[in-house]
Amino acid sequence: MINTIIPLVYVAAAASFILALKWLSAVQTARRGVIGGVLGMALAVGGTLLKPEIVSYHWIAVAFVLGAIVGVPMAMMPMTAVPQRTALSHAFGALAAALVGTAEYYLRTPKIDVLTMAGLAVEVLLGFLTFTASLMAFGKLQEILPTRPITYRGQNFVNLTLLGLAAVSGVVLVAAPERTWLFPVFGALSLVFGVLFIIPIGGADMPTVISLLNSYAGLSACAMGFVLDNHLLIIAGALDGSSGLILSIIMCRAMNRSFANVLFGAFGQVHASAAGAEDRIVRSATPEEAAPILANAGLVIVVPGYGMAVAQAQHKVRELFDTLTKLGVEVRFAIHPVAGRMPGHMNVLLAEADIPYDRMFAMDEINSDFAQADVALVIGANDVTNPGARHDKSSPIYGMPILDVDRARTVMVIKRGMSPGFAGIDNELYYLDRTLMVFGDAKAVVGSLVKEIAAANGMH
Amino acid sequence: MASDFELSLFVFVLATFLGLEVIRKVSPLLHTPLMSLTNAISAIAVVGSILVTGRQESTLSTVLGTAAVTCSMINIVGGYLITYRMLKMFKKSGKGAK
Repeated sequence: MINTIIPLVYVAAAASFILALKWLSAVQTARRGVIGGVLGMALAVGGTLLKPEIVSYHWIAVAFVLGAIVGVPMAMMPMTAVPQRTALSHAFGALAAALVGTAEYYLRTPKIDVLTMAGLAVEVLLGFLTFTASLMAFGKLQEILPTRPITYRGQNFVNLTLLGLAAVSGVVLVAAPERTWLFPVFGALSLVFGVLFIIPIGGADMPTVISLLNSYAGLSACAMGFVLDNHLLIIAGALDGSSGLILSIIMCRAMNRSFANVLFGAFGQVHASAAGAEDRIVRSATPEEAAPILANAGLVIVVPGYGMAVAQAQHKVRELFDTLTKLGVEVRFAIHPVAGRMPGHMNVLLAEADIPYDRMFAMDEINSDFAQADVALVIGANDVTNPGARHDKSSPIYGMPILDVDRARTVMVIKRGMSPGFAGIDNELYYLDRTLMVFGDAKAVVGSLVKEIAAANGMH
Repeated sequence: MASDFELSLFVFVLATFLGLEVIRKVSPLLHTPLMSLTNAISAIAVVGSILVTGRQESTLSTVLGTAAVTCSMINIVGGYLITYRMLKMFKKSGKGAK
């Protein structure tokens, strides 16, 4: 009886997950998407707990409580920490899959058929490598580890050899699962590969890498589904896998780079600085000088970048938005797909600061508007605004789609100093006649802009 | 009759295509919540973890299983909660924020 109900419960869970993702496609229905997801998970867990093969609930209950104790604070982390939180949760997800794979291997050997062992090998390989890779990504995002790429001679050779060794030991295990001594070697190789895989990856490439790890975590759950012959796991894992894949493709396209280039290219490490950049003239302005230009504009397009997140300037940006809106200035936000450290990072930060989402526009929606804009206000964004990407064939970012800020009447750039961005490239934008550099901490500068505008226009 | 593996492979391929179609439509505005929601959904590994733990076949499997259930539960609780928190912040002009 119970064995006929459980498959039905699982089907309902799978349907809930699919609906959840469908609902998430638009802001209006997105919250329903979370409810769909919760319902799906409740059905999946409930159905599994009913299985007669479960003889004891003791440790399951303990783990539920422990998980909730850690999970709740992780959900309460500030929005600026969302990229590292996401990396950490990829690590937990992947570790769960790898541990189950390990347990299943030791329970089932030596009576283990080829297909099952192949599934286990994929599950354990992806699980362990995603676990350590995500921890490394977390360390880089949290800045416990250096965010610059670390490279050495022969790095790609070492990495590929290691992956090759892991793959070979996996294949040997599939052929002869009874070689239990090889399994820890296989697991260790996967763990070490995960660490080395992230070492050469720099901060600017994190959006792609996080998406890719998202995909791997899903695929390891999928492989578990093959091992356990459980279609619910396969469906949910495949949904996660395809989501991560789409996001990483979007991120790669937004940088005009291939997967291989992101993973093995060690972007943003050493580049010969553009010749003659030193003697070019930069026009700078104080917030007092910049404020009237903003106040008298008809359309201002704000371009936020990672620098805004670092300076925690989003709430001051919201004040600027309010002040300018009150003066009748139209303010829009232009968001490049790779702005920030994960897909959609800027949108979440702006939404947290209560900036309405109908004021935020994706690159292809807004690029044609820059020609009509009086001011393009660049806050902590760099490479995504570099006009050099359009024509400078020697530039590492040549061909990358950029926000056309240089088409606005005035370009205002808030920046700490003249240091280059993560790609280590000098930005032509800063030397244009129409560009005004406002030097200083983003939060402080935007704060004084708000004060100046309010004072000049009799607002409080 | 198709073998179990064949059937699983069909399910995998179809689910991947379905996922690609559904997720392509998600607005870039919501890419961060999308990632945290799919992350919570991939905590479906909890199913396998519960089975390994609950069957109590060996000490090793129970220990590994308990750790796996804990990891999955962290992602389930944390993932759905933070996605909900994020989505609650997305407001239209004129609503909430004056």
